[in-house]
Amino acid sequence: MNIHEYQAKQLFREFGIPVPQGIVADSAQAAQQAATQIDASAWVIKAQIHAGARGKAGGVKVVRELDQVPVIAEAMLGKHLVTHQTDAHGLPVHQVLVETVSVIVNEYYLSLLIDREHEGLVFIASASGGMDIEAVAAVSPEKICHVRVNPAAGYQAFHCRQIAAALGLPKEQIAQLDGILKGMYQLLLAKDASQIEINPLILTDQGSLLALDAKINFDDNALALHPDILALRDVSQEDAKEVQAKLFDLNFISLGGNIGCMVNGAGLAMATMDMVKLKGGSPANFLDVGGGTNKDKVKEAFKLILADGTVKAVLVNIFGGIVKCDVIAAGILAAVDEMHLSIPVVVRLEGTHAEQGIAMLNQSGLGLVAAEDLNQAAERVVALAEAA
Amino acid sequence: MSILIDQNTRLICQGFTGKQGSFHSEQALAYGTRLLGGVTPGRGGSEHLGLPVFDTVREAVKQTDANATMIYVPPFGAADAILEALDAGIELIVCITEGIPVLQMMRVKAAMRGTDTLLVGPNCPGVITPGQCKIGIMPGHIHLPGKIGIVSRSGTLTYEAVHQTTQQGLGQSTCVGIGGDPIHGMNFIDVLIRFEEDDQTQAIVMVGEIGGNDEEQAAEFIKAHISKPVVGYIAGQTAPPGKRMGHAGAIVTGGQGTAAGKIAAMRAAGVEMVSSPSDIGAAMRGFFKA
Repeated sequence: MNIHEYQAKQLFREFGIPVPQGIVADSAQAAQQAATQIDASAWVIKAQIHAGARGKAGGVKVVRELDQVPVIAEAMLGKHLVTHQTDAHGLPVHQVLVETVSVIVNEYYLSLLIDREHEGLVFIASASGGMDIEAVAAVSPEKICHVRVNPAAGYQAFHCRQIAAALGLPKEQIAQLDGILKGMYQLLLAKDASQIEINPLILTDQGSLLALDAKINFDDNALALHPDILALRDVSQEDAKEVQAKLFDLNFISLGGNIGCMVNGAGLAMATMDMVKLKGGSPANFLDVGGGTNKDKVKEAFKLILADGTVKAVLVNIFGGIVKCDVIAAGILAAVDEMHLSIPVVVRLEGTHAEQGIAMLNQSGLGLVAAEDLNQAAERVVALAEAA
Repeated sequence: MSILIDQNTRLICQGFTGKQGSFHSEQALAYGTRLLGGVTPGRGGSEHLGLPVFDTVREAVKQTDANATMIYVPPFGAADAILEALDAGIELIVCITEGIPVLQMMRVKAAMRGTDTLLVGPNCPGVITPGQCKIGIMPGHIHLPGKIGIVSRSGTLTYEAVHQTTQQGLGQSTCVGIGGDPIHGMNFIDVLIRFEEDDQTQAIVMVGEIGGNDEEQAAEFIKAHISKPVVGYIAGQTAPPGKRMGHAGAIVTGGQGTAAGKIAAMRAAGVEMVSSPSDIGAAMRGFFKA
């Protein structure tokens, strides 16, 4: 799960990571009031969305006149902000963060994340702050420093010394950096975060290190342990269909194509998308309906796939293991019948009782197309989508 | 022979009396697995499925001499269950549970370092040696004792590979689902090395997916150390970056963990890559033409 910058900065404050003075606002008036409360001669107004690259997209503006604050805030609020990290529709802006403007002497990159290869945590630091770190990594990997933390021993002072050296940080700021690293480490462990990113971390003309931006991702598997974090969820920033799918315990991801996919198992669901693409089609979604597929789940899955009317054909790909194919076929038939589906549905059933299941589909008179294997199923669904 | 488990494996089940534990314990018994009992805290001294229930894994090991455990404990208790099995000296821990917080798995793996205990999973279908021992949620009857070793990060894709190698009459030596979590137990290399050393295994199917670099490391290993033919498949070529595709570990981040990179690495290692999971059986058959 992602949260907004202003929420991440509140968590930073709780864990002793310094951030600029700032107040979140959900209206132009509130933004003006916020600017009045912040003792500054200039303010920065930042649109709050779950995506980066806001600056280039007009989502971060510096304002020097107080009366311009509500004007700028008004222009951002209620609109969709499109950045190169969002899709073409962008994400809705419901809040702006009003902050004091800091005088930047230097910018750094700092993050802490799960290191799956080494099964621990790793700090990533770079003196090339304020830039897209993935671009830095691609062009000049030597500018990026990795400092691994052994989970048994935890954060140590030498981690800070290594990172300070890599950043070329003045001696005077090392104690501040230690506090920031410690705060990041404690925050990640305490809240089951999977990544904390500060880009940029700045050195101000006052000699202070400040987290100018803040991004935190949380481990979805641990959210039930942290009701305070779960309360920060903003579903307006998530795909509506993905939100709906979660309510029915379905794993759904929109992909934008015109061939709907309904599959049991995450690996097989990915394989099914890949096959649709390989046969010249365009998958509309990833959807794992799970092992114990029943009529109601199949119905909800069809509703999700068909919700926006762009899907021209559906491919159902089920490997029946402990759940038998004839039982699954009965569920598919009931759902298709009740929903009066008018678009072609290709069904590939394999595994336990596959023959019985395919016979049921063929005899149903509902116009379902049975397929023998995944190759054939993908070819048929692509042909049907093109013909539609 | 086979790898990891056989008819002599002495198994217990943690989360024995729960819905999942009960169902899959019944299935394991029906398959002929030597399941000797189970653990459910607070239910020690009772019987379930005609087998003894214990309060602790230590007690279960003392009474049954078990050397393997299968875990069906809910996500927030599963890390504790793995650590308890480790403490009790169990040699092979198979954790089926999906949804364990990754930081808990990080601590589990730190605790396992330096021990001889093997962990399969979590978030996996388990391990089966056809005709001998079934530890997990896989449908037993699609398997056939035979000569193909199968290792996979995905459940249903493992079943596809099993089904096809059964249909081809090749059968399987052992099938290992290593699971879809970012931090997990045995990886591809740990399984591949055992298949290489196993007389019964004549060829290997390796099924990977996007995320992490286990497949790339396995490819390096195959190039240097595996003499047996390997058929490979990687799922997730069309997965958008930054999105988790069902499995917690199936995510492309920062250009790392892409299907294209994994396919290229495996192909360069001499693995026979198929573009559809439906082609695994036929590709494997190709290695066994007279």
